[in-house]
Amino acid sequence: MSKHLNLTLHVWRQKNATCDGKFVEYPAENISPDMSFLEMLDIVNEGLIRKGEDPITFDHDCREGICGTCSMVINGRPHGPKERTTTCQLHMRSFKDGESITLEPWRAEAFPVLKDLMVDRGALDRIIAAGGFVSVPTGSAQDANALPIPKENAELAMDAAACIGCGACVAACPNASAMLFLSAKVSQLSLLPQGQPERYTRVRDMVAQMDAEEFGTCTNHGECEIACPKGIKMENIARMNRDFIKASLTYRPAVAGGGGAG
Amino acid sequence: MELNSRIPDGPIENKWEKHKFDLKLVNPANKRKYKVLVVGSGLAGGAAAASMAELGYEVECFCYQDSPRRAHSIAAQGGINAAKNYHNDGDSVRRLFYDTVKGGDFRAREANVHRLAEVSNNIIDQCVAQGVPFAREYGGLLDNRSFGGAQVSRTFYARGQTGQQLLLGAYQALERQIGLGAVKMFPRHEMLELIVVDGVAKGIVTRNMVTGAVESHVADAVCLATGGYGNVFYLSTNAKGCNGTAIWRAYKKGAAFANPCFTQIHPTCIPVTGDHQSKLTLMSESLRNDGRIWVPKRKEDCGKPASQIPEEDRDYYLERKYPSYGNLAPRDISSRAAKQACDEGRGIGATGRGVYLDFEASIKRLGQNKIEERYGNLFEMYERITDENPYKTPMRIYPASHYTMGGLWVDYNLMSTIPGLFVLGEANFSDHGANRLGASALMQGLADGYFVIPYTIGGYLASIKPGSRIKVDDPVVKATEQSVSGQINRLFSIQGKQTPDYFHRELGKVMWEYSGMGRTEAGLKKALELIPQIREEFWHNLRLPGAGEEVNQALETAGRVADFLEIGELLCLDALNRRESCGAHFREEWQTGDGEALRDDENFCHVAAWEYKGDGNAPVRHTEALSFESLHLATRNYK
Repeated sequence: MSKHLNLTLHVWRQKNATCDGKFVEYPAENISPDMSFLEMLDIVNEGLIRKGEDPITFDHDCREGICGTCSMVINGRPHGPKERTTTCQLHMRSFKDGESITLEPWRAEAFPVLKDLMVDRGALDRIIAAGGFVSVPTGSAQDANALPIPKENAELAMDAAACIGCGACVAACPNASAMLFLSAKVSQLSLLPQGQPERYTRVRDMVAQMDAEEFGTCTNHGECEIACPKGIKMENIARMNRDFIKASLTYRPAVAGGGGAG
Repeated sequence: MELNSRIPDGPIENKWEKHKFDLKLVNPANKRKYKVLVVGSGLAGGAAAASMAELGYEVECFCYQDSPRRAHSIAAQGGINAAKNYHNDGDSVRRLFYDTVKGGDFRAREANVHRLAEVSNNIIDQCVAQGVPFAREYGGLLDNRSFGGAQVSRTFYARGQTGQQLLLGAYQALERQIGLGAVKMFPRHEMLELIVVDGVAKGIVTRNMVTGAVESHVADAVCLATGGYGNVFYLSTNAKGCNGTAIWRAYKKGAAFANPCFTQIHPTCIPVTGDHQSKLTLMSESLRNDGRIWVPKRKEDCGKPASQIPEEDRDYYLERKYPSYGNLAPRDISSRAAKQACDEGRGIGATGRGVYLDFEASIKRLGQNKIEERYGNLFEMYERITDENPYKTPMRIYPASHYTMGGLWVDYNLMSTIPGLFVLGEANFSDHGANRLGASALMQGLADGYFVIPYTIGGYLASIKPGSRIKVDDPVVKATEQSVSGQINRLFSIQGKQTPDYFHRELGKVMWEYSGMGRTEAGLKKALELIPQIREEFWHNLRLPGAGEEVNQALETAGRVADFLEIGELLCLDALNRRESCGAHFREEWQTGDGEALRDDENFCHVAAWEYKGDGNAPVRHTEALSFESLHLATRNYK
């Protein structure tokens, strides 16, 4: 059994979206290196509740790295120091005894802080609602094997579809751009035959929504790819830009359909 | 209380077709006059909300997460079953139906399961059309793998993230409807009460988890798709937020709760490391396609590294006991076998509660690349949590609470005993009997959401006059809202010393010890003494920080724990009353000579549905007899 750790946390505390926030220091004592980062915070919070203080609010749910709920900047890095690892999958063995750890919320204009480390990421849902889908009402599908898809395309689509929508890419980007998130969905659907009919309207509509949500623009810093816990690649942004340029050049306003006979 | 299952007449193959024709329809122009609430946005809820909105109903959807995309369906790893028979290996709707009923140890309703098998193929079609990137073969066609309890390859998968991809498909369909204005979405809203007017479900009361506002929503029908109650064990593979509150409040308003003791313990999870543990992580059942499960033959070898235990000193106990299914024996059987090996002192790891899942032979046979392609993300996840490389040393695994087959009782239309209240997915009890087979939860959630409720809800709504919805300022609505505020105030007023999690952990210990993988009369009676004591302490010694009118995660947890403290009691009571072993419900008094579950079909071939009779009164146990007309009621045999 390895030695337990004593740590100092500097945590961003903010009562709600309208109040100012500040850093507050808390000790985290006798922490097992086998604990997950969130289990360490659980212990700190139970201590705070017992003392009658307000526990630290942070988003979390599945705690197995797939739901995309957990979101905090640890020592300046979204999801902390370990590559391709969400905060909930980060374990305390990644830290040294006596270390100070700084915890902040995702910081972006489009993600208002709700409380402490919890932010509102509804803007990402609205980008999907603007076009991140295939319009296929329930019951209208053909047989699943009627349309073979080259394995390579299916694998590339899956690589892009692995995005968990956590928003780390936005938090890492100096411009707070959501391009990696958006491009992952655009890529997935552009790579598949099912995504072709709406390919160019999709990318236009999603980009328009991203702009409306006040995300910044992409200037190819590449911080997003490094921060992404699921290894989503910047090549998706390139793929998306190709589609977006083509969509912009070939755009024709929709013509209202007629009533039909009868 | 009457339990009318409303199973249609006729041969099993024709029941659903016939029923769809017999159901009344709502005319397209009238659909928009009906409002339906969907609580939960996972596979069942998300699919239902999207599909009903596509039909033209006015839909409101609620989830406690910050986005509907985060519902815990997302964590399902291995796959989804369907009877496509793309691999020509003898699969069929009838075989999937048979495997599911047998896997459930003949405690599920035949007609429901047959319908599930029938629509399984439509689900795969629908998901592929949405752009779900299922695994494919080099020819471009869909690939399959095998799961427990089946001898055909019928499981479709997207790496180890099948649940994620299926949920994102449903989520995107839902977001499309939100964008079109057909669904109004309420994220970060938790349902805290059901509104019942004259015995009919008419709405829900929610708490806005950002502002703390307690609000009423009225409608013509309510669909609960809020998942299972596996977190009653505290440690489980469920997400931290998963809870039984919505179904429990419905139970207390008159919905029968069926088979609460049918809880699944999944055989392959990462073992507990210490008291700090907040949840357990599943390692997909699909790993059993290529991994071999073993423990040392001799106790003395348990401390040695796996590499120093030669082949002849290893006990591949599943292959030994169940040669025809081997490592793919069903979950209940595999879990009990692991417990047995550890009880014999042959468990491995620091706590002695673990068995090996070993890939050495497969890596030798197929190469590390192939194993990485199939399970790469799971291997990575294992390494992150345990700091051990499973390509080099075998995984250590142990069973953990995973899924609840029990849930609110529903008829063939998925309607509970409260008219107007429908229950979908894991939240209902209907399809998995006493044990669910792997890759069948995704199938059931999507079947209910995409292909059952869109039909059956119409049959109900057609009987209601359009525009007859109650008003949000109705006295019954206001009274229900006040009862929710009252409960929140009561929690704040305790001002004791202990945290909500403390009580949850205490409950979990009791549940796991006395109502986990092995249950006895004495143990269950003990649990029924201890749970009320914990509950008593909860209501006298809970401490909550802050206030109700703000983000307050401790308050959210406390409300859920308060309900778990009641659900746990009903679970134990049901387990005590079911004096047989079946599927995952293993009463140690009822076992065969070689330790297999011993069913009592004469006395217990029924669904037990509990009726709430008020706090302080014993609930009443009703039964729905199960008849097996299409299949022969047989003893399960996986040998």
